[in-house]
Amino acid sequence: MLLINCPFCGPRNHTEFDYGSDASVLRPADDAPESEWFAYVYLRSNPKGAHTEYWQHALGCRSWIKVKRDTLTHDIAGVSLANALAQREQQ
Amino acid sequence: MKYSFLSLARNAFSHHRGWMPAWDSPVPKRHYDVIIVGGGGHGLATAYYLAKLHGVKNIAVVEKGWIGGGNTGRNTTLIRSNYLLDTNARFYDWSLKLWETMSQELNYNVMFSQRGVLNLAHTDAQQDAYIRRGNAMRINGIDAEWLDHKQVEEMVPLLDSSERPRYPVIGGLLQKRGGVARHDAVAWGYARAANALGVDILQNCECIAIKQESGKVRGIETNQGFIGAGQVGIAVAGHTSQLARMAGFTLPIESHLLQAFVSEPVKPIINTVVTYGAGHFYMSQSDKGELVMGGDLDFYNSYAQRGNMPVLEHATACAMQMFPFISRLRMMRHWGGIMDMTMDGSPIISKTPLQNFYIDGGWCYGGFKATPASGWVFAHTIAHDEPHELNRGFNMDRFEHGRTIDEKGSGPIPNAQ
Ligand SMILES: Cc1cc2nc3c(=O)[nH]c(=O)nc-3n(C[C@H](O)[C@H](O)[C@H](O)COP(=O)(O)OP(=O)(O)OC[C@H]3O[C@@H](n4cnc5c(N)ncnc54)[C@H](O)[C@@H]3O)c2cc1C
Ligand SMILES: [Zn+2]
Repeated sequence: MLLINCPFCGPRNHTEFDYGSDASVLRPADDAPESEWFAYVYLRSNPKGAHTEYWQHALGCRSWIKVKRDTLTHDIAGVSLANALAQREQQ
Repeated sequence: MKYSFLSLARNAFSHHRGWMPAWDSPVPKRHYDVIIVGGGGHGLATAYYLAKLHGVKNIAVVEKGWIGGGNTGRNTTLIRSNYLLDTNARFYDWSLKLWETMSQELNYNVMFSQRGVLNLAHTDAQQDAYIRRGNAMRINGIDAEWLDHKQVEEMVPLLDSSERPRYPVIGGLLQKRGGVARHDAVAWGYARAANALGVDILQNCECIAIKQESGKVRGIETNQGFIGAGQVGIAVAGHTSQLARMAGFTLPIESHLLQAFVSEPVKPIINTVVTYGAGHFYMSQSDKGELVMGGDLDFYNSYAQRGNMPVLEHATACAMQMFPFISRLRMMRHWGGIMDMTMDGSPIISKTPLQNFYIDGGWCYGGFKATPASGWVFAHTIAHDEPHELNRGFNMDRFEHGRTIDEKGSGPIPNAQ
């Protein structure tokens, strides 16, 4: 069982959360070339190790969060709000 | 040594001390014509068919652990060809045909048992979908039968098909030629047969880098040193992304964990394979009497090859719906394997941007049943530097060109099938 530290609710079992997707994949501009859209929709770096990913606290506060997790050991290195980060990244 | 009734009898008289190892453990040569990375069923089958059907002489299979220690030895061994889409249907039915003669072909008993695979339907919509799939299968020349409630009850008497359950059993789609096999025997059988044709099987040999020169593969770097190769094929289930990265490209694949469980052994209670339609769960009974059960993925990327409780809990809840008596049984073992989940749920057997480098992966939940056909077409692809008719559709650039093979119709998510 993963223990995910929700910024609002504190540490909770991962069964309260829904997995979103790889958070390193960023949506290209609407007029970006097709190859960028192809990469966005299909390609994943799929690392064996550190991975940033979205989860939603579906059975809790329902907020979307960004989790840094190791895909081999399941160690969680950090949790932050998806929204605030997403905004900062767009700037 | 050919296995036969006579060899068994002869060895019985010498107290079974005369059996020879089924394959050798040579030191790596400096160069091979073809190296297959990954000593699971797929890699070993590929080496076997390369030697047997394409006359390739100088072949090695390199395996980082022991052969069959990956998903080949971790799966629940369901074999079927009940697919809707033509590309899948033709490929998997060719596989099923190869299963039917595998024990004779390899002179090794893989205990293939065609006890049928029955998919239960619990809603009208599901019934329609299954009947449609059954029709598509028959058009492709594959056996399929729709069983109504009463016929299901007769076939699986211990199934709770009463009015009471939350998800009543309306009927089920049966493929009689489907069934199960002994997983280890498949790896061992192909290894022995390949070795008899001169294939080197190199265990404890991990590929850590792919060497290339002007766009062409030159060999592999391993923990036992560099081994040169004219061609390299990878069949490393769960680690295909890793090997592709070594070769310099990225795939539409994520690695996810799939788990399985077995109960304590009991007397024969179920003589087919039953899949639940209202949740992801299926069950069969092994020859030893254990109930073999499988469920869902974890749904988050994982390379952690071990089980965990949430999925076990979900699967046993499904099991209780179908077979309430299961509440009295103890679980004996529980494990996991790492799956290559592709973005359309179908495999990739393909040439790659790197010349003379080929991939066979993306098997998602269901590559055990594909083992013989996968080896068969992958060997063809390597020998001819060109896909076989049966795997032309499984090329890696299908995603780019909008020709995905999306059996589930769920779009680009890495958790179908
Ligand atoms: C719990 C579970 C249940 C399943 N149930 C079914 C089922 O009922 N029916 C079905 O059809 N399929 C099922 N599958 C899927 C099936 O097991 C696999 O698709 C299939 O066995 C893959 O075979 P393979 O030979 O490609 O892989 P594997 O047997 O995993 O072989 C790949 C090998 O590559 C080796 N390797 C990896 N990296 C390297 C490297 N760098 N260098 C050298 N060697 C390397 C690994 O050690 C491994 O032995 C299930 C899988 C799991 C985990
Ligand atoms: Zn929360």
